[in-house]
Amino acid sequence: MAEVNLRKVVKRYDDVEAVRGIDLDIADHEFIVLVGPSGCGKSTTLRMIAGLEDITDGDISIGGDVVNDVPPKDRDIAMVFQNYALYPHMTVAENMSFGLRLKHYPKAEIKSRVTEAARLLDITDLIDRKPKQLSGGQRQRVAMGRAIVRNPKVFLFDEPLSNLDAKLRVQMRIEIKKVHQKVRTTTVYVTHDQVEAMTLADRVVVMNKGRIEQIGAPNELYHNPATRFVAGFIGSPAMNFLPCRLEEAGDKLNVRLTDRLAFPVPPLRAARYKNIPRNEPLVMGIRPEHITEARPHAEPGVEPFDAVLDVTEPMGMETLVYFTLEGAQLCGRVNPNAAARVGAAMRLAVDLNNVHLLNETSGVVLGRP
Amino acid sequence: MSTLTIDKSGPRRKVKYGSMSRDRVWALRWSYFFLTLFAIFSLLPPIYMLITSLKSSAEISAATNPWWVYHPTLSNYIELLTSNQFLRFFWNSAIISVVVVAITMLISVPAAFALARMKFWGSATLATGVFLTYLIPDSLLFIPLFKMFALVGDWTGIQLINRWYVLLFIYPTLTVPFATWIMIGYFASIPKELDEAAIIDGASWFQTLTRVFIPVALPGLIAATIFAFTVSWAQFLYPLVFTTSTDQLVMPVGIITTLIKGDVFNWGQIMTGALLGAAPPLIIYAFLMDYYIAGLTAGATKG
Repeated sequence: MAEVNLRKVVKRYDDVEAVRGIDLDIADHEFIVLVGPSGCGKSTTLRMIAGLEDITDGDISIGGDVVNDVPPKDRDIAMVFQNYALYPHMTVAENMSFGLRLKHYPKAEIKSRVTEAARLLDITDLIDRKPKQLSGGQRQRVAMGRAIVRNPKVFLFDEPLSNLDAKLRVQMRIEIKKVHQKVRTTTVYVTHDQVEAMTLADRVVVMNKGRIEQIGAPNELYHNPATRFVAGFIGSPAMNFLPCRLEEAGDKLNVRLTDRLAFPVPPLRAARYKNIPRNEPLVMGIRPEHITEARPHAEPGVEPFDAVLDVTEPMGMETLVYFTLEGAQLCGRVNPNAAARVGAAMRLAVDLNNVHLLNETSGVVLGRP
Repeated sequence: MSTLTIDKSGPRRKVKYGSMSRDRVWALRWSYFFLTLFAIFSLLPPIYMLITSLKSSAEISAATNPWWVYHPTLSNYIELLTSNQFLRFFWNSAIISVVVVAITMLISVPAAFALARMKFWGSATLATGVFLTYLIPDSLLFIPLFKMFALVGDWTGIQLINRWYVLLFIYPTLTVPFATWIMIGYFASIPKELDEAAIIDGASWFQTLTRVFIPVALPGLIAATIFAFTVSWAQFLYPLVFTTSTDQLVMPVGIITTLIKGDVFNWGQIMTGALLGAAPPLIIYAFLMDYYIAGLTAGATKG
């Protein structure tokens, strides 16, 4: 087990810079998830840690040793691939023990490690089967088993659940988490699915266009995003963005959305925003769950407004409502019993205690604590 | 009977709806028809050869029904199989084919692995180049090759012309490019992650080839093997040019040169020899047919 450090790591293909100088410190035992849209450089970063891609510039160290020029087999890492990459001509047991056999481990040791890993992953009954005879979920377990038996310093996962159906994905997500809680190996996990990132990670690394946008615990990213990209990428349905400006109204601060619509900013938030220039165009970010139906006894900072609903999506435990405000389409989450009807006006309420204000051009979230 | 008349007077349906199963039945009938035609077309010559091989020379030249054996005899077989000369041809063919297959696989498998997997400068061009060399017909190459080996003999004193083992150098020029091409296609169809997994598991390039790629690509390997064997077994032009002494001849050339004396054709023995010569590839095909097809269609679908 070991920590992994990336120092100004750059990957350049001919004329494209896939990874543009990222710094990342992964602690021992930590579960890190790299998440971002396709082409953001997350897989390339993982493959550089694995040694499957050369690094153009910078340093990668595993357990304190710089491994820039160390071949993959000497890095003491194990990797799980999206398409499982099991050896089709070998049985489950042979697949799992392949690495150990190459290193000439004693037979008894190999057997005990394979048995142990198979028990951990609940695939003891499948040990003599060939990959062809396994389902997708079982194959992915075997792939994880192949990683576990090696007892490496670092686990690398490259979108391991993308080939599974939705239900199995949720199940395997829990399995992966359980396994990590038991073996505690430092893990770097790549996914494009922000739900997977949120549920699995100790810390999530959000990447975009070859750079790290933000590193943080899942809840921190969700409640306290640093940029518009992170705010929009994490959370489903995505955060609403709409143009606004701040204005002084006596001793109070208002966030003005339209000529007719302005909300008072709660005092706690107003204190954060005291250095933001007034009457400049800004972007307001608000999560759908902070736009709800108006309730009779509103908490302080929750302000009512009226909107005509364009679309409603009943989800069972809640109903998503979509409406247009100043040309921006917004989404809110209301109680399923709140009688949301398409084409009808509805009294909604926005919780300004959870509002984010963003710079219009740079997308940076302003006044973060 | 009354119902029948009502049916007849009723309105006739103009539109004919095709039935799926009826279409399929007709498709099946047509395919059987053409397959039978094809089978007759391709099986008639060997059957004729078999019939002729069971006749004595007198019966062959007699004006009787050529498709029937009136006095079957195994004398042609006995004569050939007890003749040292014929056994010599057979032995030469066998040893050359086996060695050429071994040489071909030893060269083309690592070559294909390198061209398919190790991305180096010019690897794609080289892969195409390998295929292009296969497109040059042997009838174009035999004169320069002959000249080359003659020169080698002049310069070094090592006599290769008119020695059966010169063919061990020549046949690979035909088999290696095609076998390499088959194997490149097969290796390319193996997902990249499989060798990456092996490399991370600690395998060297060589171990990745021997422990992962060769077992996974076995159908392709067998297809290439069969191909190399067939080419060396059936090759006619090169042995005709490069070998002349009877003890150096391979079977196809041996049969022609020893059983045709001037304008006298020993048809019974020629047919027998040809049949016996066709036996080894036939036996190999029969056992490995499934692999051969799987190898040739590799990469056609994602499997």
